Amino acid sequence: MEFIVIELNLYLDTHPCDEDALHDYNCAVKMFEKYVKEYQERCAMMFAQGCCAKTDCWDWVEAPWPWEL
Amino acid sequence: MWIYEKKMEHPVRVSCPDVGFAKLVITQYGGPDGELSASLRYLNQRYSMPTGAAKALLTDIGTEELAHVEMIAAMVYKLTEGADPEDFKAAGWGGQYAQHNHGLFWTDANGVPWAAKYIACLGDPITDLTEDMAAEQKARSTYEHLIQLTNDPLVKDTLRFLWQREVVHFQRFGEMLDIVQQHMNNPHMWNGCCMEK
Repeated sequence: MEFIVIELNLYLDTHPCDEDALHDYNCAVKMFEKYVKEYQERCAMMFAQGCCAKTDCWDWVEAPWPWEL
Repeated sequence: MWIYEKKMEHPVRVSCPDVGFAKLVITQYGGPDGELSASLRYLNQRYSMPTGAAKALLTDIGTEELAHVEMIAAMVYKLTEGADPEDFKAAGWGGQYAQHNHGLFWTDANGVPWAAKYIACLGDPITDLTEDMAAEQKARSTYEHLIQLTNDPLVKDTLRFLWQREVVHFQRFGEMLDIVQQHMNNPHMWNGCCMEK
């Protein structure tokens, strides 16, 4: 879903008034935010800034890094 | 992956354009102890770090350094805003205008272009963290020199913020060096790293 957001982001940079694309972008962002929230609740932090940490540990340092998966 | 935030980490303001100072502060853009060197050094070293905490710290400081690259770029932009070729010539920076006009380029204060030789990665966490601590001190010294070289209070304010970040990063790297040393002194290390998994 994040990749769809990225593609629409670039498309809108050169087509800023395309209402269909704007609608698709907003839908994709909503879905992306939902999935990020679910992932962070179930697994670990995806961002070190801009989202709440768990109250009992800073799992940013514990969860595997992308190149380790 | 990375996400761009359309804002500065700290405001970058100048009282008036000063091409002569732009020529000097560009070293924190593309010089050996500049912000690009710092960011690439840390983001590159994290792969050979032994603990999650060390990988996290290098990721996070390397990311913050990218924000500092942007701050220095903004400072050079503002210091040269509206300057004409004569202003560049008078400041001794005619070569910049000849080759780049108002475009930015990765050089130090003497016009030497950025090179990968400015950064090291030995793949040894103790060696690399020690290198990072030295790098932060070199950047701190450079900011002190630059603060002495301008009279603009707004420019000094931004440079002082960046100076302070070098001090904080040095502190965090020092703490991480202790943590990694303790980790490596742990007996389980002698059974090989794979035993951890």
